[in-house]
Amino acid sequence: MKTISDRPFLVWASVTALVAGLVVFSKGLGPPVTFPETLVVPVTDPMNAAMRWFVDAFGWLFKAVAWLFDWPILFAKALLHSLPWAAWFVLTVYVAFRSGGPGLAVFTALSLLYMVTFGFWTQSINSFALVVVSIPLAVALGFAVGTWGFKSDRAYRVIMPVLDLMQTVPAFAYLLPILLLFGFGTTVGLVASILFAFPPMVRNTIVGLRCVSDEVIESGLMSGATPAQLFWSVRVPTAQRQILLGVNQTTMASLSMVIIASIIGGTNDIGWEVLSTIRKAQFGESLLAGIVIALMAMILDRITWGFAVRSNAAVEPSASGWKICAASFAAAFILAYLFPALREWPEAWIIDPAPSMNAALEWLFVEFRATLEAIKTAALFYIMLPIKIGLSQAVSPFTWGFAVTPVIATAYALVAAAIAIFLIVRGKHQKALGIILFCSVLYVGLTGLSWLALCAIIVALAWQAGGKNLALWVGAGLAFLLLTGIWEPAVVSLYLCGVGVLLAFSLGSAIGVWASENNTLSRIVRPIIDTLQTMPLFVILIPFVMVFKIGEFTALLAIVVYAIVPAIRYTEHGLRNLPRDVIEAAIAIGTTRRQLLWQVKLPLAVPSIMLGLNQTIMFGISMLVITALVGTDDLGQQIYIGLGDGDFGVGMTAGIGMAIIAMTADRITQGFNRQIQSRLGTKLDNAL
Amino acid sequence: MTSSPSRSAPKLSCRHVWKLYGNVDEHLKAVDVAALDTGRAKSLAQDIRDRGGLVASTDVSFDVMLGEIFVIMGLSGSGKSTIVRCLSRLVEPTAGQILLDGEDLLKSTPKELIDIRRHKMGMVFQSFGLMPHLNVLENVAFPLKLQGMDSKERLSRAERVIALVGLEGRESSFPSQLSGGQQQRVGIARSLAVEPEVWFLDEPFSALDPLIRRQMQDEFLRLQQDLHKSIVFITHDFLEALRIADRMAIMKDGAIVQIGRPVDLILNPVNDYVREFTNDVPWELILTAGDVAANTTPPPCIKEVPASTNVADLLPYLASHESGVAVRGEGNTLSHMTSQSFVAALASGISDASAVKD
Repeated sequence: MKTISDRPFLVWASVTALVAGLVVFSKGLGPPVTFPETLVVPVTDPMNAAMRWFVDAFGWLFKAVAWLFDWPILFAKALLHSLPWAAWFVLTVYVAFRSGGPGLAVFTALSLLYMVTFGFWTQSINSFALVVVSIPLAVALGFAVGTWGFKSDRAYRVIMPVLDLMQTVPAFAYLLPILLLFGFGTTVGLVASILFAFPPMVRNTIVGLRCVSDEVIESGLMSGATPAQLFWSVRVPTAQRQILLGVNQTTMASLSMVIIASIIGGTNDIGWEVLSTIRKAQFGESLLAGIVIALMAMILDRITWGFAVRSNAAVEPSASGWKICAASFAAAFILAYLFPALREWPEAWIIDPAPSMNAALEWLFVEFRATLEAIKTAALFYIMLPIKIGLSQAVSPFTWGFAVTPVIATAYALVAAAIAIFLIVRGKHQKALGIILFCSVLYVGLTGLSWLALCAIIVALAWQAGGKNLALWVGAGLAFLLLTGIWEPAVVSLYLCGVGVLLAFSLGSAIGVWASENNTLSRIVRPIIDTLQTMPLFVILIPFVMVFKIGEFTALLAIVVYAIVPAIRYTEHGLRNLPRDVIEAAIAIGTTRRQLLWQVKLPLAVPSIMLGLNQTIMFGISMLVITALVGTDDLGQQIYIGLGDGDFGVGMTAGIGMAIIAMTADRITQGFNRQIQSRLGTKLDNAL
Repeated sequence: MTSSPSRSAPKLSCRHVWKLYGNVDEHLKAVDVAALDTGRAKSLAQDIRDRGGLVASTDVSFDVMLGEIFVIMGLSGSGKSTIVRCLSRLVEPTAGQILLDGEDLLKSTPKELIDIRRHKMGMVFQSFGLMPHLNVLENVAFPLKLQGMDSKERLSRAERVIALVGLEGRESSFPSQLSGGQQQRVGIARSLAVEPEVWFLDEPFSALDPLIRRQMQDEFLRLQQDLHKSIVFITHDFLEALRIADRMAIMKDGAIVQIGRPVDLILNPVNDYVREFTNDVPWELILTAGDVAANTTPPPCIKEVPASTNVADLLPYLASHESGVAVRGEGNTLSHMTSQSFVAALASGISDASAVKD
């Protein structure tokens, strides 16, 4: 039982007092409410100058590298294009069969046929060529760095925080410096995709190499292995599975970056196809192209995944299988010369349902306009705006039917105070503080809240989650946001992501709980979330843009749909993988199913669910950046603008700002999770 | 108790081996470990522990004869795994000597050590230590592959050893598809593939079910009858030690408490610690007529049995024949065993027999 005098309570009490005070007396205060502009350091101009100097001085070096990188891309494209599609079809389907059996082979065959018959073959190949070149480079780089991190503790201590940073800086922000250094061209996509894709390889390599059991190493030594043999014949093959999982993750990251990189445009690839059609509001076309990306992602994922998890099983690739494959490859090759359609799909045969899709969509809009509008306005006026600009602004006669008069405002304050006093009388002091804090923030909204109040809340959270050190780091991060003048867009990011995560987490964990109790639902949900997770972020946006057009509501929906994946997954996983004996003991005591769920399973699964929250936030943030495409006014938009204008300073500060938000959220949730875990005495690894 | 070891020079000797963790220099630098007697070694170890050092092995010395099964028995944390790893230099001893065929192993270069491990040593691990990515055949052939042996020869040799441990037909299975007992057979086969002279087994059967464990012990003894390796066998199971040991050492806190034949340990435990283990032993199964017989000339005209006869087999006869039996020992000497001498032998192992007051 916590007493009033204990320290977290005192801290939170003063934070609450500060916030409430700043909300009530916001009018006459000035600097504590709006950050004084004179204090903002103009960092963007010096950054741009520095970058310009750097490009002038070393640009030739990067241009040379770009020239060098152009060759393998050209070569890959030439190779991929020189063979008839039918030949690639045979080869890919066979590889899919080897990796995932007949099911995957059929899926792959249908997907490839879709690409061909809908006329996306050339664009797909162009994107794939980049992926094909970037994967081996990213894998090699990742493996080398991972090995280094494994061998040297000092290197490990440097590599890990750098990886953390690299994986939280949004993908868009990567493109900017690369664009400036390497100039326009396909190389940008390649370099960005290598840099973006190698960190997961490093992590998996280190984990894999570290986790090889002592006895396996000792048995290698006793077999008389030299140090080199021990590494290459014992440690690496034993870690093979983990390393291949790294290859799988690297492949997916590489593909998604190749798609994102098409934002700088110019090349005739599938990402560009989606983007340019979205911009022209040709939603049918962009959906068709988006499906291609989704299919590519799924095929690549399942094939690399299949090789990773199958690697230790007894499936020996039979020599005859490869012979059959080679024979059919040759046959397809020859046939393609006899039947040109197998070589290049004739223009006239291309199926193009896009116009009719657009027409159908049009009809849908006309027919359901009222409903769609109603959904959108309801969400906007009753959920989003109150959180963004506060009840004081959002409530108006036009939307809520009444205005916020001083009387109503006073009544609101009195009700909040009454609830708080009631809770204090009942001895629930912390909840009382929570209510006051919540009502204060809701009254002015996140964007209307004084910077000092918001900083106080966040730093107090950090302090409670991770102690003095974390509070200091978070404080420094917030200072960066304030001093570089990106506070306002950062708060919008916080709001969008916060609302999205809140919705995704409550909805997702509810589905997860349900799915853990219901096998049918679990079987339905699992493939859906698997697919969503492999889907490049771009593609998820498409249907929502189609229906709800651009705007914050569309962004919010995309965030919720993507961020719901880990919420469901971790909740279900946590509930289904509890220690058996505890569950059996509870059943033996005579719990009902409901009691078992609420009083045994859920409390025990809290660490896993918290990890889900952490991942929900991370997913939300990565989607948030992409939603800049549909017109948000947050940090993501700043990055996008920076990218469009080639403005290094603007884009980079916004990118770092986004990384600060991501890392703050990550460390705070992890800190709380550690506390819960140590209370439960469990140790949970982030294995999903 | 199986085949009697030959009494030549020891195959493997462990001389005053110490293993410390932590700041080693500070503790052992100025000490000539070979010159310490047991008492002083003990007080030195205590001294180091008091100063916060970690002592995993304290002045451990023993010999393993050619063709002998030498068992090191101790509870977990007694330092037995450390010692067997010192013998193979998987763990580097802090001080002392390991003599293999009279050569100090600790002085060999990394290259020589690899060579010794490739040709003279084999080791079996508690959790098997199999390579998960290799099938049974490849696992067994793995040490040969590391030596650079060509594939045909190493596979045929691996197949031979697989047959030896009774795993024919499972060559292409992967470790994850095998039961624990089968996995350990692979581990045994792999360690034998290089035809080692010295064979280390680190709790090889501890991870197995009791029934399988028993069966594996029998097969282990059968193998040893054909192979005559010099063996160091680690276990925490006293009964297992009794079943297979020619000689055994009991360890506690990194030091050896007693070394001897199992029977010696049972009949003459040096202290209560050793006696604790012997308490639960079904003695009639361990003791032989020769161990129990009184050193007196038997009366004439009674039945005669060889000294190696198990006491359990004699009990029914002794119960009805008060005069006992004559026991023919080594060198044709005769001694006398009665029910009385059996009871006397049992009594020697019990520390406080005060149920009946004199």
